[in-house]
Amino acid sequence: MTEVISAKRELMIATPEHLPVGPVGRHGNGMWGVGAMIASEAALFAYLLFAYFYTGATAPQGWLLEPAPTLKLALPNTILLLLSSVAAWWGERGVLRRRSIQALIGFFAAFVMGSAFVAVQWFEWQAKHYGLGTSSYSSLYFVTTGFHIAHVVIGLAVLFALFVWTALDYFSPRRRLAISAGVMYWHFVDIVWVFVFGTYYLTPYLGFAR
Amino acid sequence: MSAAPLSYLESAGKAADTILPLTWFTLIVSIVVCLVIGALLYGGVRRARPDDNPLDMQSIPIAQGAKGHNWIVIGLMVSAIPLAATLVWTMVALAAVAGPPANPALTIDVTGRQWWWDVKYASAQPSGEFATANEIHIPVGAPVLVRLHGGDVIHSFWVPRLSGKIDAIPGQTNLSWLQANQPGIYRGQCTEYCGFQHARMSFLVVAQTPADFQRWRQEQLAPAISPVTPGQERGLALVEYRCGLCHRVRGTRAGAFAAPDLTHLMSRATLAAGVLENNPGNLEGWIQNPQNIKPGNLMPDQHLSAQELSDALAYLESLK
Amino acid sequence: MRQPDFRTPAVGIDTVEHEARLHELWDSTPGLKGFFTTVDHKEIGLRYIVTAFVFLALGGVEALVIRLQLAGPNLTLLTPGEYNQFFSTHGMTMIFLYASPILSGFSNYLWPLLLGSRDMAFPRLNALSYWIYVAAGIFLYVGFLTGNGPNDGWFNYVPYASRQYNPGLNEDFYSLGMVFLGISTTIGAANFIVTAFRTRAPGMSLNLVPIMVWGTLTASVANLLVVPAVSLAFFLLWMDRQFGTHFFDPAVGGQPLLWQHLFWIFGHPWVYAIVLPAMGMVSDGLPVFCRRPLVGYSLVALSTVATMILGFGVWVHHMFATGLPGLGLSLFSGASIIIVLPSAVAVFAWLATIYLGRPVISTAFLFFSSMILLFVIGGVSGFMTASVPVDWQLTDTYFVVAHLHYVLIGINLFPVVGATYFWFPKMTGRMLDEKLGRWNFWTMFLGFNLAFLPMHLTGLLGMPRRVYTYADYGGWGTLNLITTIGSFILAVGVLLFFVNVARSLRVGAFASKNPWDAPSLEWSVSSPPPAYNFAVIPTVNSRHPLWEGRIGSEGPRSALDRGMLLDEGKETIGTSGVDAIPDILLEMPEDTGAPVFLTVGMSVVFVGLLLKAWVTLGIGGVIVAAALLMWMWPRRELREREPPRD
Ligand code: HEA
Ligand code: HEA
Ligand code: HEC
Ligand code: CUA
Ligand SMILES: [Cu+2]
Repeated sequence: MTEVISAKRELMIATPEHLPVGPVGRHGNGMWGVGAMIASEAALFAYLLFAYFYTGATAPQGWLLEPAPTLKLALPNTILLLLSSVAAWWGERGVLRRRSIQALIGFFAAFVMGSAFVAVQWFEWQAKHYGLGTSSYSSLYFVTTGFHIAHVVIGLAVLFALFVWTALDYFSPRRRLAISAGVMYWHFVDIVWVFVFGTYYLTPYLGFAR
Repeated sequence: MSAAPLSYLESAGKAADTILPLTWFTLIVSIVVCLVIGALLYGGVRRARPDDNPLDMQSIPIAQGAKGHNWIVIGLMVSAIPLAATLVWTMVALAAVAGPPANPALTIDVTGRQWWWDVKYASAQPSGEFATANEIHIPVGAPVLVRLHGGDVIHSFWVPRLSGKIDAIPGQTNLSWLQANQPGIYRGQCTEYCGFQHARMSFLVVAQTPADFQRWRQEQLAPAISPVTPGQERGLALVEYRCGLCHRVRGTRAGAFAAPDLTHLMSRATLAAGVLENNPGNLEGWIQNPQNIKPGNLMPDQHLSAQELSDALAYLESLK
Repeated sequence: MRQPDFRTPAVGIDTVEHEARLHELWDSTPGLKGFFTTVDHKEIGLRYIVTAFVFLALGGVEALVIRLQLAGPNLTLLTPGEYNQFFSTHGMTMIFLYASPILSGFSNYLWPLLLGSRDMAFPRLNALSYWIYVAAGIFLYVGFLTGNGPNDGWFNYVPYASRQYNPGLNEDFYSLGMVFLGISTTIGAANFIVTAFRTRAPGMSLNLVPIMVWGTLTASVANLLVVPAVSLAFFLLWMDRQFGTHFFDPAVGGQPLLWQHLFWIFGHPWVYAIVLPAMGMVSDGLPVFCRRPLVGYSLVALSTVATMILGFGVWVHHMFATGLPGLGLSLFSGASIIIVLPSAVAVFAWLATIYLGRPVISTAFLFFSSMILLFVIGGVSGFMTASVPVDWQLTDTYFVVAHLHYVLIGINLFPVVGATYFWFPKMTGRMLDEKLGRWNFWTMFLGFNLAFLPMHLTGLLGMPRRVYTYADYGGWGTLNLITTIGSFILAVGVLLFFVNVARSLRVGAFASKNPWDAPSLEWSVSSPPPAYNFAVIPTVNSRHPLWEGRIGSEGPRSALDRGMLLDEGKETIGTSGVDAIPDILLEMPEDTGAPVFLTVGMSVVFVGLLLKAWVTLGIGGVIVAAALLMWMWPRRELREREPPRD
């Protein structure tokens, strides 16, 4: 076994393999970097949700201002956001298959749906009968969803950049790490929402709310 | 009180008694560990050869040397023994002191405030309740339940000779219990940083024989004695409209709760949370400029005229 | 020019023309422009180190003022308000602006050299994390110097930190400053992680890297995951203070303890993060002066990781007195006692290395070996506080202050000074003076123990911490005087260290490539190393490339003077995560002003937030956006895009 590996090392000195120059496909340090950033961001949201559950678990009765939050807007909005992820993915495939039109449509669609999500969330906020400073619950609700919206907005900026760069015909199936990384970030933003949504809109229905 | 009233290497109460042996055990284990490791290290370093020159390292041969894993294995095994012992003992001691006794002889509500202690003696009937400050009296030999409340920021309640620390946190009530073995005065101190005068937020726990305690309690239950001399009359008036903004003197129109209850001020050994001995001189000094004595504390300098001052003192000093 | 997307890198030996070409490609622009635009990890690493030492001096001077105030009972050198800002700023400075950055500095400088790479994975992010660190440090110190320093201790408990009890900008400076600094830490952590997994020399599989790499890698993973907790906590606090939210306000269902959980979920892993790399330095440096490899490499590497994993589960030991249920307490107490074992592994490995080797007394060796004792003294006091009932007595007394200084100074400052003696020749090409070094060591060692060993007793006698003065009833006067005297001796020791560095920079003896005859890669290049580190990419087959043949090491030898030339562009090699098989040629970025530019933008943003000056905030936002665009725009040189098709 060791012989095999060490033999392989000897080989590497003598004749290294035919190596890609710079990022090729999703293969490049950039992907690792964005991955690390996403890990850290995921931790951030984990702590936000921890704050919700911890405060809720130790708060007096009646802490939950909305024992049965309406899903009328939130549920469709969630689905919309997830669809935008699909659109972004479809756009990425467009780049992979050299179909820049498909790519442009995909990113544009994702961008539009993402923006719509922000708009709807805005109405959702307006509809609340409580404000940022009403109680610790309302503070948690607005700041957590606010953190998420901030990430969505950053994601939209990224989608916009991807759109422009694609329009400028920068990428090819080989040179497109920016695309894969950007789309990965967008997926992250969407998946995180599922957790935020589940926490604030679904867990209250489980009944052990205070 | 002994030379070091806050030392917890001596104990005089149930909880402290339970903790002290464990403290000594871990302390001794720690010292032994340090001595052993220190000796090993010294022995190792002594092996250095005087003629080895660090500026000519090439000339000093290197060697693979022994694997030496047994050092680690043995070290871990030996360490594991005191660790296991500590683990078990910790759980036992924790169980012993954590929960307050089921039926305490007495229940006291203590509220930490910047920078003094508000003490209320609970009772079944309202007539049995009364408030005092910075001085807690308990009967010896009986478990006393202390309910801790945070008045403003977080403080921590600590009477080293009787028991460990427990925080007084706004929004929650923590429970602690005191049980003194013999009569005596035990010093307490706030040990959670709480601002300017965290340093000077002490208090006293006075453990008394049940008889003495009952006597004290009866005295505290009584309202403030009414003034006799004209000076005291004027003093009461002043206390009611000036000091009454913050202080309470039961049985008078001074009825605020923002500051220590003064009803039986003279029955207390100290002023301003254990900072000053309670004597006329200090009382005068405190009233005139508390800000010099406890910079930043929440009682403003009173700037009383000489007349007002002597009146106020005349009255306050009658509050036995 | 359309370079190929794939290439078989030429292999050869180092030649004069080759080196000339590399200098061409790698040397950063001289002068002021170069100063602000360089991305050379060595340049950045040195700056980290120098800046961190400046903060050590600042925090130290604050400490000396504290000691004067506490030299005897009832002293009035400082008002309570001043004292509170001094001890809080001291803690903040030492923990956040010295202890962690100093290690980032050493790792930044050393990693690529240890790993046989030409730079970190993300040189520009590297520069960015340094500039943000400086900006955040200045931001925090502007607060302190304008009388708005933190005044609630380094862990800043609410509600005292909330606006109601703490009006004024103090806590706003601290909150925003910490969020700002957190960005730097997180970026740095990500960079280390990717560097460790992607840019090791061919053949340097994970089980061959120096322990220090394990240390910093573990610390970085932890930082990546826990820094968000503290940044969030400080952000929520700022919201509570400035926008009327109620996260920590019990009056309307807020939870003061939420702060403590968020802070210590970060805080405990963090205290290990600021010692594990330093312990790594000892694990790598000590054996050199014992003329043998480290005993139990794998176990030590493993215990490093184990310490951190356990370290995630002990944070509540900082909250034993908050009235949490007994069951929970016993769990965290148990974990805190168990965590002794991985630390013990390192201790016994070092002892065995000294015994089974041939110790050579140098200043570096003295610092490294004495650290073992200091670590144990600091460790056992931690072990005592780990026992809940005992901690109910010990907590918030000077016993804990003694604990934290033994671990922090013992496992951070001492190894760092030792590491400076060890690597200074590599960094500057000159040796530090050994004779002065001995004075330096003994004054620091004796001064430190004189100051902090008696402090345990001060604690046992019940002196509470964070008191601006104390009455004479407690019997603490003499002990405090001794501590103060010791502190000043320690300070002289640190001063001697600074003096030695300053002198040796000018008159120190010149250093050869490998003055200590040490085994790792950084010693195979000239002192100081060229901008490109390695003329040819080394291939590594053992933990001790430079000792091969002298100690029995099976398998093929490492190849240091023959390897990939990579001189067709600013390139280094990327290798697979575990076995380090080459799998990509990394195009490294040129010098750029983007990091400085971005930092300026961020600073403006944070000033805007502090003053709630929304216009300023907007301007800052625009600068940030511009900088990011300039940074992220896909570049052909970096092969991030196809060449223009025409
Ligand atoms: C700098 C890094 C660092 C390190 C490495 C440690 C190491 C440890 N710490 Fe420490 N700790 C701090 C930094 C650190 N600490 C700081 C800064 C604070 C104060 C925060 C504040 O309040 O301001 C603190 C506070 C602190 C507390 C809270 C005290 C209180 O506020 O009430 C506790 C409680 O359990 C604790 C425990 C431990 C333990 C069990 C270890 C263990 O990891 C130690 C293990 C090592 C050894 C024990 C030595 C080697 C072992 C052997 C030789 C084997 C034989 C030993 C035995 C059998 C015991 N620490
Ligand atoms: C790495 C961390 C670190 C380091 C190195 C130190 C170093 C020192 N600390 Fe530190 N200290 C902490 C971390 C650290 N501390 C923390 C986290 C706290 C808790 C804060 C809190 O409670 O919130 C604390 C709290 C603390 C207290 C308790 C305050 C209180 O509770 O009221 C005290 C009191 O004695 C103290 C003293 C000292 C002393 C004397 C030194 C000495 O080592 C200092 C030695 C002197 C120097 C290093 C200066 C040398 C430089 C010069 C002489 C000038 C040279 C100038 C130029 C070159 C320009 N510290
Ligand atoms: C604005 C509020 C305020 C006013 C008005 C005020 N005090 Fe106080 N007083 C306090 C506070 C708060 C304390 C507790 C200070 C501390 O120990 O930190 C205190 C403490 C005291 C104490 C010490 C009590 C003890 O048991 O330690 C005395 C005595 C006292 N005040 C007397 C007076 C007198 C007499 C007046 C009027 C002439 C007065 N105070 C007016 C707030 C006030
Ligand atoms: Cu109250 Cu400290
Ligand atoms: Cu800890």
